[in-house]
Amino acid sequence: MNVADWVVLLGTMVGIAAYGSWRTRHIRSLNTYLKGSQSTGWGTIGLSVMATQASAITFISIPGQGFESGIGFVQNYFGLPLALIIVCAVFLPLYRRFGVYTAYEFLGRRFDRKTRLLGAGLFLLQRGLAAGVTIYAPAIILSTVLGWRLDLIIVFTGLLVIVYTVTGGSEAVSLTQKWQMAVIFSGMATAFVVLLVKLPEGLGFSGAAHVAGALGKLQAVDLSFDPSRRYTLWTGLLGGLFLSLSYFGTDQSQVQRYIGGGSLREGRLGLMFNALLKIPMQFLILLLGALLFVFYQFERPPLFFNQSEWQRHAQGPEGGTFLVLEERHAVAVAETEKAIRAWLGARTSHAAGVEAIARATMLEAYGRTAAVRSEAKATLLAADPRAKTKDSDYVFITFILAELPHGAIGLLIAVMFAAALSSKAAELNALGTTTTIDFWRHFRPLAAADEARNVRVAKRFTALWGLFAVGFALFAGFAENLIEAINILGSIFYGVMLGIFLVAFFFRRVGGSAVFFAAVTAQALVVLMFLSLNIGYLWYNLIGCAACIAFSLLLQVVLRPRAPTDEGGAA
Amino acid sequence: MTRAPRPDQRSDAEPPGLPGFRTWRGVYLFVFGWFVLVVTLLAVFTWTFS
Repeated sequence: MNVADWVVLLGTMVGIAAYGSWRTRHIRSLNTYLKGSQSTGWGTIGLSVMATQASAITFISIPGQGFESGIGFVQNYFGLPLALIIVCAVFLPLYRRFGVYTAYEFLGRRFDRKTRLLGAGLFLLQRGLAAGVTIYAPAIILSTVLGWRLDLIIVFTGLLVIVYTVTGGSEAVSLTQKWQMAVIFSGMATAFVVLLVKLPEGLGFSGAAHVAGALGKLQAVDLSFDPSRRYTLWTGLLGGLFLSLSYFGTDQSQVQRYIGGGSLREGRLGLMFNALLKIPMQFLILLLGALLFVFYQFERPPLFFNQSEWQRHAQGPEGGTFLVLEERHAVAVAETEKAIRAWLGARTSHAAGVEAIARATMLEAYGRTAAVRSEAKATLLAADPRAKTKDSDYVFITFILAELPHGAIGLLIAVMFAAALSSKAAELNALGTTTTIDFWRHFRPLAAADEARNVRVAKRFTALWGLFAVGFALFAGFAENLIEAINILGSIFYGVMLGIFLVAFFFRRVGGSAVFFAAVTAQALVVLMFLSLNIGYLWYNLIGCAACIAFSLLLQVVLRPRAPTDEGGAA
Repeated sequence: MTRAPRPDQRSDAEPPGLPGFRTWRGVYLFVFGWFVLVVTLLAVFTWTFS
């Protein structure tokens, strides 16, 4: 990185954070601090919802996933538009009608105190743990590639996000997210254009797509019913629907983004904006990864993209083995490129037999390259059982640093940080709000009248959660596959949480005790299944939700309806 | 405990304020239609290039 890159990076990161803090420095109203300004329009809400979901992992790992496994991951988002329609039609109008600050406050109104605390507690547990990952995930990759100190990246990004989130609350989060998304869109568009320009002459998008397709990277829709396959149309529709419904409908970090605004209309349109754009956006990010795969068939790639890890072992006592592998890889890559060019030529000859032979030769050559890569990972693992053998998270950043012009490199690194800050800010905002409203204020009902004190407490809790996340990121070790680790964590808790809310909305006769004990039992069942079975993790959303609803209905038959609690009369 | 609130009729009666749409149901149908179109296009994309 040179001076231009640093100017772009620091200018966008610090500039947006400073702008957000400055614009919201005078907020004194609890409603504005927790829900944002009444004048927030649907565009800001829509971008804010999108920015909250799109963490840095989205822009680091997903192109790598497209590179390694193809674009099938897009199916994970198939349930999202359907879920957002349900949230718009059912969840959002009721949240606004009850005038709640948090989704769990609604549970208190509908059921009782213990169910509200269970919902809020599950959220704090799940989102609190994920908060550390949100900071750590991009930091570890950027520190490895750029050679920056990991602890400094974590502390710098952590403190930056704490400053503006504590200062302006929800209003600052939405305001900064809008500009951070502008940085993200312009950065990703730049990377896409540069990649297309850098493809071999005469290949073009169509040729590149045919190469990626022939080598198995462009299967966007998989109709298989095999339950062990992670991403299919069915897991996407069913598991994805339940995951999205619980995430957008019951996770406070999302609920807080759309319950504010001038009217119900603004929140609804913001969500519909996401329903329209999310699948195309994820498709384009994955497609970028698939095109990177094609690019590296013509431009010799490193044998292992995490060069720091590779070099650490290559310079050790078994360096000779690593050198031989690199030489074999170079030969295999050259043969694959030759075979791909031959196949591209055969495609235009319109002779089916010739094309089929060329395709088989190409697949065979690519198989040899892939085999050398697998062997390299096995060798790494043999040399050091703790070695990190998953290098797909390093593919996009390797391309950025090697191929983009200066200035654009800074912009793309800014994309990673902007995404990290935007999702982190929403998380801290939600964690601080839930702790204040559902715990602190709940146990100190007399303090509710003192608005200034409530704002001060919300700021302190937000800062505390920020410091906890920074500490967690500094001292914890995380799973290799970062994006999936977060999704798996979410799936374990989200299903049951959604079950509680669906019972609240649709099963009028079920009471607080029935749903509370049902949720505890369903959560134990999901954890047990997760520890003992090997099924796609998206299914746990469905299982947890279905178990919670079924147990609630059963328990309601057993338990007699209770008398209304002190929280019950408001509805 | 409070019984589950009934769907708010007023919220659905409020017009979306978008040209071409008089009700929220129309907006939801449009979004659903868009979703079906996108999935179909992705299936065609898979079929074309795989």
